[in-house]
Amino acid sequence: MAIGVFCVFVGIVLGISFFLGRKAKSAQGYFAAHGQIHWFVNGIAFAGDYLSAASFLGICGMIAFYGFDGFLYSIGFLAGWIVALFVVAEPLKKLGRYTFADALDSRFNSRGIKLSAAISTLVVSIFYLIPQMVGAGTLVTPLFNLPHEVGVIMVGIVVVVIVVTAGMVSTTWVQFIKGSLLVIFCTVLTVMILQRGFSTQYTIDGKETTQPFIRVKASAFDLATRGTILPAEGAWSGKPYVRVKNTAGVVSVWRKDGDLISETQTALESGGKKIFNGSSEGKLRTIGHVNKLPDGKTSTGPMGPAEFFTTLQHSEIMLWSSEKIIEPEGTTTIYFQNPTSGADIMVPGRAPIFKGIRDETQIYPKLDFLSLMLALFCGTASLPHILIRYYTVKDQASVRKSTVVGIASIGFFYVLTLFLGLGAMTSGALNVANSNMSAPLLAKSFGDLPFAVISAIAFTTVLGTVSGLIMAASGAVAHDLMTNFLKMDLDDNAKIRAGKIAAVVVGAIAMVLGIVFQKVNVSFLVGWAFNIAASANLPALVMLLFWKGTTKQGITAAIWVGMLSSLGWILLSADTYKDVYQLDLNVYKPLVPFSQPAIVTIPLGFLVLTVVSLFTQQSGTAEAVAREQKSLASV
Amino acid sequence: MSDNADIYENPVRNSRYGLSLFAVYLLLYGGFMYLNAFKPLTMASTPFGGVNLAILYGLFLIVAAFVLALIYMYLCRTQTGEAK
Repeated sequence: MAIGVFCVFVGIVLGISFFLGRKAKSAQGYFAAHGQIHWFVNGIAFAGDYLSAASFLGICGMIAFYGFDGFLYSIGFLAGWIVALFVVAEPLKKLGRYTFADALDSRFNSRGIKLSAAISTLVVSIFYLIPQMVGAGTLVTPLFNLPHEVGVIMVGIVVVVIVVTAGMVSTTWVQFIKGSLLVIFCTVLTVMILQRGFSTQYTIDGKETTQPFIRVKASAFDLATRGTILPAEGAWSGKPYVRVKNTAGVVSVWRKDGDLISETQTALESGGKKIFNGSSEGKLRTIGHVNKLPDGKTSTGPMGPAEFFTTLQHSEIMLWSSEKIIEPEGTTTIYFQNPTSGADIMVPGRAPIFKGIRDETQIYPKLDFLSLMLALFCGTASLPHILIRYYTVKDQASVRKSTVVGIASIGFFYVLTLFLGLGAMTSGALNVANSNMSAPLLAKSFGDLPFAVISAIAFTTVLGTVSGLIMAASGAVAHDLMTNFLKMDLDDNAKIRAGKIAAVVVGAIAMVLGIVFQKVNVSFLVGWAFNIAASANLPALVMLLFWKGTTKQGITAAIWVGMLSSLGWILLSADTYKDVYQLDLNVYKPLVPFSQPAIVTIPLGFLVLTVVSLFTQQSGTAEAVAREQKSLASV
Repeated sequence: MSDNADIYENPVRNSRYGLSLFAVYLLLYGGFMYLNAFKPLTMASTPFGGVNLAILYGLFLIVAAFVLALIYMYLCRTQTGEAK
């Protein structure tokens, strides 16, 4: 049934958007939806464009696994809209036509600006596309039992079809429908979570239990009754684990924790095969349980939003941590129980990425955190696929109104992420090895129908964002690079054709990268895109708007320096060493002191722009360019 | 509204309002990030309603963004009937 509901859902979304989109009749229609989208539709489409797989799957997963830390992303992602609305939106609308390169270049007519802005659009869009494609693959695998690659290719083909049919018009409608569905169904899910409340009772294999996983005093539990205890040799020596082999040959791993002994779950990766919980037919059991509720209660019944938080703050939740044991024959990941007080879950600094902020003695982890928050704050207003949405409405008043609608719907959604994430944390339905699946699995704890609906919405979430990104990249190639930089003489039809070919090529590149990067964390990759966008684009945009002395050379230099320095910093950072190159940090020291570049590279962009502009005042300011053009015209 | 509604706009005024409201939000956001990075323990305190400061301040930042956006839309209204 799940598959049927999923297909019907996705089919209806596509059908409606094709019907409403029909055919774009001109280049302005293809790239900017004729500038005639109603502000309310555009506002919801902002939400559909912006709330990507990282927001829905990534944030819910992070909250479900670590608590408050995931909500920090919600706050940062929303705060970025303040920069967009108050600083860049209206001037950008006034100065540009199809792309943000138009706006940057509006007073200069400089090929340097066109080239650098187009390249930065392509780089940011592609970095943003990778996590969306990875997210699509992650979703399709458990739902259809299809390999990751198939999910990536499915999304790629559907999106290219959407974009090629009617460009920005159909893209807008896909985003509008997806934005509405996402907010409506997440609200329904939140109501269901509050209605259900918390409980310490679970039904496992038809039996009621308050303790789904064993965790008891070691003195009262004899492991030898479960089988033969294996010696702690090799990588296992000195570790707090005991391996027990039962009569069927299945090896279970137990963790010693003070005077307690607790059950763990394991995933052994060996020669491309995965073995769960010690046997080839083994599966990981679902997690996410409430250990203790306040005042010794066993269930709360329906509760209000404030009560939801206060109850959780006074409860104990069974979170899970993991450790890797590396042996020549394969790597075993051990997932172990880690009972955590609700009070600790509801404050920042539990997730690995933010752990350092609790360490009073170190400054770099704090800078790393502030740098990421700065990137999120400044990144939104620099994302090309968001900026192009300002050209789809007719005037500046519509720009303002649609941004306010966008902030309302996006902000409301981010409030819901807190309930969804914490609801998933206590749903008893999570996959210990995959945090990205937490939101759909939360829905599954309410039944198969909610699961199918939420999975379909997550899939359309990916579709909406990917089509926006491919539109942005297509505009950068056909409008900025081919028409403006290479000065190819394209009529309207040729320009649309070029845009469509570019969309197909970018779509193909995204599919390949989505397969190559399938193991890398989704939120981590989105962080890259925000850092690069903010460092490359924000200094140029802001200085152009607020400093008359800005020169074309200054803008070009700031974009290149911001883009290359942030990209270089990321590639040399500890997170990338560990997660992408899979290097041992004890052996290979990263070349930069912390992983998120924005706090260094955004100021660097401003500095470069100012210095270069001061040296090129004679030839490069908007006034100098206008003077030169006038004198040429009079000759 | 006609297609050239932008002639009723006052970009200098709008940008002044925009930057002032931006400064307000920057202080709110900066304060939150400062507390998180340098005083993480204060986030566990429960100033009122039993809900901790981390959640209250976080939700406040989201609501504040929306309220400031509404104020901006009101301040920047034109005489052509927008923002009635």
